[in-house]
Amino acid sequence: MTRVVVVGYGPTAHRFVETLRGKGFEGSITVLGEEPRPAYDRVALTSYLDGKSLADLTYPEPGDVTVRLSARVAGIDRQARVVTTEDGHSEPYDVLVLATGSSPFVPPVPGHDLPGCFVYRTIDDLDAIRLAAQDATSGIVIGGGLLGLEAADALRGLGLATHVVEMGPWLMPRQIDEGGGVVLRNHVEALGLTVHTKAGVDAIEAGPDGSVARLVKPGGEAVEAQIVVFSAGIRPRDELARQAGLAVGERGGILVDEGMRTDDPAIYAVGECALAGGMVYGLAGPCFTQAEVAVDRILGGTAAFTGADLSTKLKLLGVDVASFGTLDGALDVTFMDPVGGVYKKLFVSDDARTLLGGICVGDAGPYTSLRPLVGRELPASPTELLFAGTGGVNVDLPDDAQVCSCNNVTKGQICEAIAEHSLTDVPGIKACTRAGATCGSCVPLLKQILVSSGVEVSKAMCEHFPHTRAELFDIVRVRGITTFSQLIAEHGTGRGCDVCKPTVASILASLMGGHVLEGERAALQDTNDHFLANIQKNGTYSVVPRVPGGEITPEKLIVIGEVARDFGLYTKITGGQRIDLFGARVEQLPLIWRRLVDAGFESGHAYGKALRTVKSCVGSTWCRYGVQDAVGLAIALELRYRGLRSPHKLKSAVSGCARECAEARSKDFGIIATEQGWNLYVAGNGGFTPRHADLLAGDLPTDELIRVIDRFLMFYVRTADRLQRTSVWLENLDGGLDYLREVVIEDSLGICGDLEAQMDRHVAGYFDEWRATIEDPDKLSRFVSFVNAPGTPDPSISFATERDQIKPVLIPLEVVRS
Amino acid sequence: MTLDLRPAPLSLSWTPVCAYTALLPERGACVLVADQQIAIFRDFEGRLYALGNLDPFSGAYVLSRGIVGTREGEPMVASPMHKQAFSLVTGRCLDDPAAAVPTYPIRVADGQVEVSVT
Ligand code: SRM
Ligand SMILES: Cc1cc2nc3c(=O)[nH]c(=O)nc-3n(C[C@H](O)[C@H](O)[C@H](O)COP(=O)(O)OP(=O)(O)OC[C@H]3O[C@@H](n4cnc5c(N)ncnc54)[C@H](O)[C@@H]3O)c2cc1C
Ligand code: SF4
Ligand code: FES
Repeated sequence: MTRVVVVGYGPTAHRFVETLRGKGFEGSITVLGEEPRPAYDRVALTSYLDGKSLADLTYPEPGDVTVRLSARVAGIDRQARVVTTEDGHSEPYDVLVLATGSSPFVPPVPGHDLPGCFVYRTIDDLDAIRLAAQDATSGIVIGGGLLGLEAADALRGLGLATHVVEMGPWLMPRQIDEGGGVVLRNHVEALGLTVHTKAGVDAIEAGPDGSVARLVKPGGEAVEAQIVVFSAGIRPRDELARQAGLAVGERGGILVDEGMRTDDPAIYAVGECALAGGMVYGLAGPCFTQAEVAVDRILGGTAAFTGADLSTKLKLLGVDVASFGTLDGALDVTFMDPVGGVYKKLFVSDDARTLLGGICVGDAGPYTSLRPLVGRELPASPTELLFAGTGGVNVDLPDDAQVCSCNNVTKGQICEAIAEHSLTDVPGIKACTRAGATCGSCVPLLKQILVSSGVEVSKAMCEHFPHTRAELFDIVRVRGITTFSQLIAEHGTGRGCDVCKPTVASILASLMGGHVLEGERAALQDTNDHFLANIQKNGTYSVVPRVPGGEITPEKLIVIGEVARDFGLYTKITGGQRIDLFGARVEQLPLIWRRLVDAGFESGHAYGKALRTVKSCVGSTWCRYGVQDAVGLAIALELRYRGLRSPHKLKSAVSGCARECAEARSKDFGIIATEQGWNLYVAGNGGFTPRHADLLAGDLPTDELIRVIDRFLMFYVRTADRLQRTSVWLENLDGGLDYLREVVIEDSLGICGDLEAQMDRHVAGYFDEWRATIEDPDKLSRFVSFVNAPGTPDPSISFATERDQIKPVLIPLEVVRS
Repeated sequence: MTLDLRPAPLSLSWTPVCAYTALLPERGACVLVADQQIAIFRDFEGRLYALGNLDPFSGAYVLSRGIVGTREGEPMVASPMHKQAFSLVTGRCLDDPAAAVPTYPIRVADGQVEVSVT
C-alpha cells in the first residue's frame, strides 16, 4: 500500500488530500501540520477580525486522512524515506508532498522584533494583533500591496488610527499603474487612513515600556504607533527542502517540474513553497491547480502546470481594485473619473482587437466581465467597454472561458453542471463545481450565467402570490392596502394558506400597528399569535411574560411563582433570560394574564415573529470589568422594539465589555460596550446555522446607536424574505455588509429618514397586546376549548409528575391512527 | 338561510352547537358533541365544514386552531402543530394520501349551527 505524507496543512495541502481521496486513492494519507488547528481558508483570514469564527473558516475535514496538528517537520531522511517532527515522531513515506507555504518577509530594520511588531498570516497572528489593539490607538502597516491594504483595513476596523507605509511610488505598485494609484490613494485616504508613499523605514523605536512606540522614516520624521504589521512580501518556506538537499531557486522556492515533482522523484512540492516555471505563485487559485496536478501525477496521470492567471481583486470597504492579464501592451485605453473615483484601463494588442489585460479602481465591472476574455478578441471597442459603467457590458462568454480563476472552472463546466443537476442558484453551482467558493469575486458572473441559461428562479411565496415578501411589503405600503382580502383579490389567487396569511399579517402589523387580533387580521394568525401564547405538543400553551434585559424584582418573581403554583404550571428559566410557564389550556390564558398584567407584566411576544429578548450582562453597575451600563441599555432597547413584527424573530443582547458575557455576537443585533461607547454587531444567529454577528459600526454614542438600530431593523423588516433571519438576509443581500453600511449609515438610498419615521411610529403606537385582549370581551370570547361548552376543559389533556412538576401525557400515535 | 352543503339523510340527529355569527370567517372553532371533539369551520364564502379535531400526525386535539385557506382551489385547514393540510370537504390529508380525518354533516338552522355525529 502506498503511503502519502504531506508536510504543511494549509489551503493547498487541504485541496491536495481532498482531491487525492476524491479520486479514489486507496493508500494511507498522513498530514503533518505545524499550526495548532486544522486547515482553514487563509484567503478569508481578515473576515476572522470582523465576525467570522474559526469554525466558519475551517475547511471540512477530509475523510480517512490522518492529521497531526502542532507537528512541525524538522527533517527529511530521503534515503530511509522518513520525515521526523520536532517532537520526535517519525513518519515513513512512499510519496512525500511538501506544502509548507510561505512566510511573510520581515525586513531587518532595527527594532523589527520589538513587542508590538506583527505579521499577518495566521489565526495566531490575528489573535495577537487583536489583543494588542485593545491597548493601542494607532498602527502602521509596512507595505502598501494587496495584503498590506487588507491588513490596514483590518487595523482600522479594530479602531486604530492607521498608516500605510509603501516604499514604491504609489499603492499596489505591482498590480496597478500610476493613474490607478492616484485614484486608489484618494479612496484610501477618504476612509481615514494615512498613506506614506516613496517611504522607507529607518528604524522602529521602543517606548519606555520596551514595546513599539514609533516608526522613524529616513528623513528623521517619526510616526507614532503602538502596533506595526509587516506586509512587505512573502518568502517561500523552503528550509526543509534545502536541508534535505533538494534543488531550490536562487531567490527561494522549491524547484519543481511541470508535474510538481522536485528533483527527488519521491517528493513533490505544491502551493506557495514551490517554484514552478520560474514563479512562486502567491494566490490560492494557482496553488489549488498545482495540488490537482500533483494528485494526477501520483495516480499515474500526465497533467501539467503551465502557469496561471494572476488576476487580483481587492475590496477595501467598498473600493474595488482589480487587475487582470498582462499590464502592458502595444495600446492602452484609459477612462478616468477623478470625481467619481473611478479609473479603468484596458491593454489591447496593436491591432486593438485582442484583449491583453486591464486595471480598474473604484469599479470592478470590467474585471468581472472582461477577465475571462483575456487573450481573445474584444467583444466591442475598448472605449465602449470602458464607458459601460458599473457592471460592465454584458458579454457572451465562450464556453472555454475561465469564469472562476480560484478554482479553474470554465463557463462550459458551469453550464454543464446547471443542466445536469438542474441547478437554480449560486450555492448549487458552488457545491457542484467549486466555482465561487474561494474569493467570491466570480459570483456576479455565476448569477449572470444562471440567468442566461434560462433558469427561472421562482420567487413566489406560495401558490397564492407570485411575489416575494419584500415585494408584497412594497405593494401593501405603496398602495396603502389594509386587509388580506383586498390584497389577495387584487394581487393573488385563491384564499391563502398557512404560508401567505401569517406573512401578510406580519406586514400589516409592521405597517399599520394596531392589535393582531383586530377584525379580519385575527384569522390570518398562526395559532401562537391567535392565542398570544406558544402551542405545545399536547395542545396546551406556554406563557412568557416580558422581563426586559433579564432584570426582575423579587416582587415580580414572587408573582410569577404564585401564578404558576395557582394554575399548576410547569416553570423553567429560558435561554432568553426570562421565565416560561407551560401547560396552560386556552381558557386559562386570560385568567393567568389578568394576574400577570395586574402585577405589571406584559406580553413577551415569545409567540410572535417579533422582538423576543434583549439579553444583558450585569455590566458596569456591578461587574469589575464593565465599562458601560449594559442592563440599562438592554432594557431601553427591549422597551423600544417590543412588539415590532418582523419577517422572523429578532433577538438582541448587550454586553458591558469585550468579555461578552451576554453573547451579543450571536444575536440579530448585538451591542458590546467600549470605553468610548458601543460597538454594534448585526446578523448573528444561534440556532441551526450559527453565525457570528458582523461589526456594523463602532464606538457609537447611545443616541446614534439607537438611530442606526432603528434603520437596520426597519430596512430588514422591509426587504427580508419570509422567515429569513437577519443572518441569512445579510448573506443574501447583494453587496453584503458594505452595502448595508452604505444604506443605513451613509444613507445611499436616501431612505433613512423614512425608516426612522416608521420606527418612531412603531414606538409611539405600542401597547400591550395582552392587556388589550383581557379588556375586550369580544377577543376574550375566543379563549375557550369548546364554543358549545365554554366551562369544560379539554378532556384529552392530562399530566403526569416529573421532578415535582407537571409534564404532558401524550396520546400514543398508534392509538391515534387506529 | 340554509348553508347545508352535502345532502344529508333525513334520519340524522342534529345537535345545535353555536350561533352562526359566533364563527369567524376563515377560522375554526371546536365543539364537544357526545364526548367527541369536532372542529367546525366557516370559509370566506360562508360555507360550513366539520372535521374530527384530532390531528393524526401529532396526536393532539388541535385542528380547529389551524389556518384556513385553499390549496389549488380546495378549501383546507393546516394543522397548527406541523402544518399538514387537510381538505375541509373530504378530510383527506393533502400532504400525505395515507392520512385522513373524519368529516361530519353540518348545517345552519334558524341561525344556529348544527352538527351530526351519528
Ligand atoms: C423556551 C426556549 C427554550 C428554553 O427553555 O430555554 C425556546 C423554546 C422554543 N424555541 Fe427557541 N427557545 C428559547 C431560546 C432560544 C435561543 C437562545 C436565545 O434566544 O438566546 C435560540 C438560539 C438563538 C437564535 O435564535 O438565534 C433559539 C433558537 C430557536 C430556533 C432556531 C432559529 C434559527 O434561526 O435557526 C427555533 C425555530 C424557529 O424559530 O424557526 C426556535 C423555536 C422555539 C419554539 C418557539 C419552537 C416551537 O415553535 O414550539 C419553542 C417554543 C417556546 C415556548 O413554547 O415558549 N428556537 N431558541 C427559549 C425561550 C427564550 C425566550 O425567553 O424567549
Ligand atoms: C491575509 C491574506 C489574504 C489573502 N487573500 C488572498 C486572495 O484574496 N486571493 C488569493 O488568491 N490568495 C490570497 N491570499 C494568499 C493565499 O492565502 C495563499 O496563496 C494560500 O494560503 C497558499 O496556501 P499554501 O497551503 O500553499 O500555504 P500556507 O497557507 O502558507 O500553508 C502552509 C502551511 O504549512 C505549515 N508548515 C510550514 N512549514 C512546515 C513544517 N516544516 N512542518 C509542518 N507544517 C509546516 C504552515 O504553518 C502553514 O500552515 C491571502 C493570504 C493572506 C495571508
Ligand atoms: S461582559 Fe464584561 S461587563 Fe459584562 S459581565 Fe461579562 S465581564 Fe462583566
Ligand atoms: S474567482 Fe475566486 S471564487 Fe471564483
